[in-house]
Amino acid sequence: MNRHLISAGDLTREEAVLILDTAAELASVSDRPIRKLPTLRGRTVVNLFYEDSTRTRTSFEAAAKRLSADVINFSAKGSSVAKGESLKDTALTLEAMGSDAIVIRHPASGAPHRLAGWVSGSVINAGDGTHEHPTQALLDAFTMRERLRGPDERGAGLDGVQVTIVGDVLHSRVARSNVLLLTTLGAEVTLVAPPTLMPFAVGTWPVKISYDLDAELSKSDVIMMLRVQQERMTAAYFPSVREYRRRYGLDTGRMALLPEHAIVMHPGPMNRGVEIAADVADSARSTIVAQVANGVTVRMAVLYLLLGGAEENS
Amino acid sequence: MCAMKPVPGDSPETGGQDSAARGSQTRDFNPPHWKDQGWKAVLTPEEIRRALSRVAHEVLERNHGGEDVVLLGIPTRGVPLAGRLAGRIAEFEGEPVAHGSLDVTMYRDDLRLRPARALQRTEIPPDGIDGKTVVLVDDVLYSGRTIRAALEALNDLGRPRSVQLAVLVDRGHRELPIRADYVGKNLPTAHREVVRVLLAETDGEDSVLLGDRIQPDNAEGADNAAGANNADDAAQETPEGNAR
Repeated sequence: MNRHLISAGDLTREEAVLILDTAAELASVSDRPIRKLPTLRGRTVVNLFYEDSTRTRTSFEAAAKRLSADVINFSAKGSSVAKGESLKDTALTLEAMGSDAIVIRHPASGAPHRLAGWVSGSVINAGDGTHEHPTQALLDAFTMRERLRGPDERGAGLDGVQVTIVGDVLHSRVARSNVLLLTTLGAEVTLVAPPTLMPFAVGTWPVKISYDLDAELSKSDVIMMLRVQQERMTAAYFPSVREYRRRYGLDTGRMALLPEHAIVMHPGPMNRGVEIAADVADSARSTIVAQVANGVTVRMAVLYLLLGGAEENS
Repeated sequence: MCAMKPVPGDSPETGGQDSAARGSQTRDFNPPHWKDQGWKAVLTPEEIRRALSRVAHEVLERNHGGEDVVLLGIPTRGVPLAGRLAGRIAEFEGEPVAHGSLDVTMYRDDLRLRPARALQRTEIPPDGIDGKTVVLVDDVLYSGRTIRAALEALNDLGRPRSVQLAVLVDRGHRELPIRADYVGKNLPTAHREVVRVLLAETDGEDSVLLGDRIQPDNAEGADNAAGANNADDAAQETPEGNAR
């Protein structure tokens, strides 16, 4: 029944592993002389972006094009949205033009869910407000499995992997989607943030909570730094950037406390010198560039699995 | 997300009887009990062994040795067959021959008829296929649609000097102008019949089995009405639309 990808929580472990395995097979496409597969020929994917984005939009565009789909990019700026057109009318207009899937990014949490009720094609959430960003979680999980278990791993989850997510959890859709997906895959997640940046009712999440980054470092296989989202902050959540960096920033000193095999992740865009020091971001342990490359293959896998086969009748 | 459910890629079926996807019911099948379930063995393990040895010799004869030959198995069961042929050729010639696998799922022409399928391994030998003689290896040749997809996939991977086709069983009923260069056994069949290749690597034993598709009136546990089955078959029949 579900032909959309709205929340990482909708995925069963089996489905999540299937996406990772499919992505692992598709990764080889970028090493071939012809980086294109004919699979989605004649299908149209619309990128409907109401918020600024570079990597997610280009990543979805590259993924769709590598599968031979046609891509229509729509950004709210310079469109009829500026004249007051509603999300529903915009979506129906795009669907009337023959879109098979809509990839949506929207500042309002829940917009993709509403959209899924209006259109007949697939809806893929590319980030909605402070709610979710499921493909980011999938590419993070893929990167973790590739780096910690090896690129030939198939069928496996992330059982027992200790993931520490640090920073602005309150405003982070990446953190929400990652918590849902990583726990589905068997990883153990610890959230580290100043008390002011912990979400309400975080105690009900399937995670451990800590306010002391240094205490968590030596136990972590993966450390994921989140961007301090100043554009979403309507109040003062911490005294100063310097104070935040001193307590929650990842610098070389802190990186040295990580186990030998541990990796450093960041969903981007980074605030170098705030949550992550420049030399940590550029170190060999950092997977930040690999995450971008994996983003294309994981999104290819999602598009293939949602659009590549027959439409479900039921 | 039901739409993401894959059709299992490794079910021991070959030759157009994917009951889950197409609604047509086939006999129960759980090796090693096939003998009691109406299946007939048409090739014994010894016959399979001899057929593969002969095919290996033919590949060598036709290409004047194993140099520049790349054996690419089509998943699922073409892959172990390619491995066995490579083993035979190495044994006969004293030189190893390159072999790998080629998944054709993304190039199939029946993708939209069934839910998205899980992908299988593609492993191209490190020297690539440019300028090489590629021998595609599959278990059963039926409609020829899998081979068409494989030719298209090869096209995106490089430019082989020539492409040849080796199959363990050719059961006829081609729908495209494709023929095999090397055939283990020609097996005349009817459309309603089902050919299954079992290999030790994937199924625990070597055998080629022939069975009838169960008629709807005695199909046990058939989910679909008989009428729906027939309609499905007429509309969607692609003899090689089996799960790979």
